[in-house]
Amino acid sequence: MLEIKNLTANIDNKTILNGIDLVVPDGEIHAIMGPNGSGKSTLSYVLSGREGYDVTGGTATFDGADLLDMEPEARAAAGLFLAFQYPVELPGVNNANFLRTALNAQRRARGEAELDAVAFLKLSRAEAKRLSMPDDMLKRNVNVGFSGGEKKRNEVLQMAVLRPRLAILDETDSGLDIDALKIVADGVNALRGPNFSALVITHYQRLLDYIVPDRVHVLASGRIIRSGGPELAHQLEAHGYAAIVAEAA
Amino acid sequence: MNALAPGSQLQAGAQAFLARYAANGSVQQSEAAGLFARNGLPGPREEDWRYSLLRPVTDVQFTSAPHGHSDVSAALARLPKIAAPRLIFVDGRFRADLSDIEPGTRAGAPAYGATNRPDREKLVALNTMLSEDGIAIQVPAGHDAGTLLLVSIGTGGNVSFHPNHAVTLGAGAKLTLLDLTLGDGVYLHNPVLSATIAEAATLTHLRLQQEALGAFHLSTVYADVAASGTYDSFALTLGARLARMEVHASLNGPQASAHLNAAQLLGGNQHADFTTVVQHAAPNTASRQTVKNVLSGRSRGVFQGKIEVLRIAQKTDGYQMNQALLLSPDAEMDCKPQLEIYADDVKCSHGATIGELDGDQLFYLRTRGIPEPEARAMLVRAFLTEALDPIAHEEGRAAMENAIASWWDRNVI
Repeated sequence: MLEIKNLTANIDNKTILNGIDLVVPDGEIHAIMGPNGSGKSTLSYVLSGREGYDVTGGTATFDGADLLDMEPEARAAAGLFLAFQYPVELPGVNNANFLRTALNAQRRARGEAELDAVAFLKLSRAEAKRLSMPDDMLKRNVNVGFSGGEKKRNEVLQMAVLRPRLAILDETDSGLDIDALKIVADGVNALRGPNFSALVITHYQRLLDYIVPDRVHVLASGRIIRSGGPELAHQLEAHGYAAIVAEAA
Repeated sequence: MNALAPGSQLQAGAQAFLARYAANGSVQQSEAAGLFARNGLPGPREEDWRYSLLRPVTDVQFTSAPHGHSDVSAALARLPKIAAPRLIFVDGRFRADLSDIEPGTRAGAPAYGATNRPDREKLVALNTMLSEDGIAIQVPAGHDAGTLLLVSIGTGGNVSFHPNHAVTLGAGAKLTLLDLTLGDGVYLHNPVLSATIAEAATLTHLRLQQEALGAFHLSTVYADVAASGTYDSFALTLGARLARMEVHASLNGPQASAHLNAAQLLGGNQHADFTTVVQHAAPNTASRQTVKNVLSGRSRGVFQGKIEVLRIAQKTDGYQMNQALLLSPDAEMDCKPQLEIYADDVKCSHGATIGELDGDQLFYLRTRGIPEPEARAMLVRAFLTEALDPIAHEEGRAAMENAIASWWDRNVI
């Protein structure tokens, strides 16, 4: 599904990604762990098409298509979803309208029929309920006045409604208490299946107790320096990043 | 340079008028003609007119509207579908054949309301001098007159028209006036509306300015509000090559209030000016102004907001916010808040922001699959929310929303 080869990228002429190689096959969940400043968020932004990042080499393909050549909205319509580390507040934009506009824009881009208001309402309410979100969260402005946990749950709600083929979760666990963490993990686990893959970016092993990954990769200085099974996350939690980084150097 | 450009057609019009009507014009018209001949048009040396120059207006040779009924069915078809009595003016003349005359309304002559002030506003002198028609609406005390559509259609051909309207609300009366202006071609529309709002009466004035893009719109509204009365207005400016809406609201009794909300969406070479003067002339009065500007192309927006708090007007609550979104590097916004406060126990705040669309918000929307043009439109619409939200009249609000939606189609944002 996602295939990244020797990807390098700069911000303001400073190299942040330094030759990433990564393959996430269909139906798998991979975790990317790494210390602050290792390039985790940059990787998620480059993959989702944020401006200001200079891709200087390498490739990233999504179901065989050149991901880096697509506009952000085209990547979304192709099935890519980024759960933001810091979800953006949109004053004046109603959450339900926003979500329906997004869903129908994607459906339109894929040549599918749009969802009418009634069908959308039914879908979004059911998903909100599954995520233990209060009903009024759909009526409020997008992320405005939401607590940190509510914002992250709202990201997962969007993911549940938009049904991506590949979700990138950028530190979705940061700022969550244990109950919210479980809810978020349940939301991701509910999507698991042969047509859903995820790249879970996190500092801590804790989230991976609830979303058990197929593979764990360690990112340091813009490169993946180690890959392994879920046990690698426990190893990192026990010994820290320093040992592995030193070993790789 | 003289404020009244030498050789200006409007000045020539004033002279012609003086010659023609000196004998048989009404007293108001003769007086206004005298004022206009003396004072001329507002010019760039006047503080209140620094940002909006009338040169493009004086460059056009205007004539008075031809008599006879022109076909305006195409323009009428563009009106929002609202089931309410209509008062239709074409080139400044009342068209009884297209209108519904309600009890309490009178057309056929300029209304010259009690607050009409040709001595203070030069454009009102011009209006008063040249006005041929207008509507006078009287709502008796305690009566809810529902919704009325006041429509002005300009048919082009370099005509100028100057309707003079008056609305008088008795104590506790209510009226929603949907004020729609539109047209085709080149013309000057210079209307005056004087509203007298008695105790506990409410005038809701929803204005949709969609004049032709070659036209000029220069309007003046006077709203005099008695105790516990409300002048609740929203004005949407989309049309005209050059527009100025000037509103003078006077809060004359305790608990009187005025809402002067507005949105100006401009593109191309459009210039639009929203100028307000709110006078708090009694204690415990309140005014609210939320003005939003969306400027693309090489357009220019102006907001001038003056709040005067007289010595007697203790416990005044005044709020004014002007915000502009510049969608193009060539667009320009000029903003001039003015607070003159002579009372010592008041709450007055004002603010102004000028900015661009937020890149993070745009990216967020696009990662959800919303194409960039649609994402930009969503953010602009969100920006306007604060000004549109207070419109309680659902059909009026829908008309505004539809007009805004059609704005995207002709402007690159």
